[in-house]
Amino acid sequence: MHYTFTIERGNFADAGQASSNVKRTLKQLGVDPASIKRAVVALFEAEINAVAHAYGGTIDVDIDAEKVMMVVADEGPGIPNLELAMQEGWSTASPQVREMGYGAGMGLPNIKKNTDELKIDTKVGVGTTVTMIVKLV
Amino acid sequence: MTVKDLIEKLDLKCLNPVNLDAEVTSAYACDLLSDVMGNARSGQVWITMQTHKNVTAIASLKDMPAVIIVRDGVPDDDMLQHAKDEDICLLVSKDTTFEVCGKLYELIK
Ligand SMILES: Nc1ncnc2c1ncn2[C@@H]1O[C@H](COP(=O)(O)OP(=O)(O)OP(=O)(O)O)[C@@H](O)[C@H]1O
Ligand SMILES: [Mg+2]
Repeated sequence: MHYTFTIERGNFADAGQASSNVKRTLKQLGVDPASIKRAVVALFEAEINAVAHAYGGTIDVDIDAEKVMMVVADEGPGIPNLELAMQEGWSTASPQVREMGYGAGMGLPNIKKNTDELKIDTKVGVGTTVTMIVKLV
Repeated sequence: MTVKDLIEKLDLKCLNPVNLDAEVTSAYACDLLSDVMGNARSGQVWITMQTHKNVTAIASLKDMPAVIIVRDGVPDDDMLQHAKDEDICLLVSKDTTFEVCGKLYELIK
C-alpha cells in the first residue's frame, strides 16, 4: 500500500495529519500497538521538522506485511552538521517554534530510537530527505 | 481513579467530555512536545500549558485519554475541535502545573 501526503510550509496546525492517517491504517491492518506507536512517533517528528526547520515537502508511506517505510522529503536549508543535529539537546529552533514547545533537540533522537533503519540525506541550501523503516512484528 | 473522578477531585473544567471512564494511574507533565513524544506512556494524562493543536495530535498518537491545561489556559479553537474529532478529553485547571501535579500525585500515588 502506498500513501502520499503534502507538508505545507509553516503549517503547524495540519502537521500530524499524515501520522494520524498512518496510525489509523496500521490499526485497521491489525498491526501490534507497539510497532504502530514507534512508526507514528518517528513520522510525526519528521513531519514537524519539515515544517519547523524547512519549507514543507512531501511524505511517502509504503506498508507491506513486514515493514512500514516512511520518506519525508523537504525543500529547505538542509542540515550542515548531521552528527551534531542527531545529538539530544541540539536545536536551532526559532523563538516562535520554541514557544510552541518545540526545540528540545529530541526529535531526531526520537526518530533514531523508534526506527529499525534510518537514513538522512541532506544538502545545505537544497533540502533534507529522511527515510525511516519500522519493522512490523 | 477515572477521568471523571479526576474532574471532580481537582475541580477541573471539562471542555470535551469523553473518556470519562478511562482509568488514570499516571500522568506526564511537560511543555516540551518532543519529550512527551519520546517519554510519555499510553494511558497517562498530559499536564501542560501548551494550548495548540499539536498537543491533541500527540495525545492521540500516544493514546493519552486526557490533557489538562494549567493556569486557566484557553485552547485554540482548532485544538478544541481536534480534541472532539480525536476523542481526547480536554480539561482546564486554574492551578499551576506544580499544584495540579501535587494534588494528582496525592490522589494516585
Ligand atoms: N528537516 C530539517 N531541515 C533542516 N534542519 C533540520 C531538519 N530537521 C532537523 N534539523 C536540524 O536539526 C536540529 C535537531 O532536530 P531535532 O528534531 O532533534 O530537534 P528540534 O526540532 O530542534 O527540537 P524538538 O524536535 O525537540 O522539538 C534542528 O534544530 C535543526 O537545526
Ligand atoms: Mg524536531
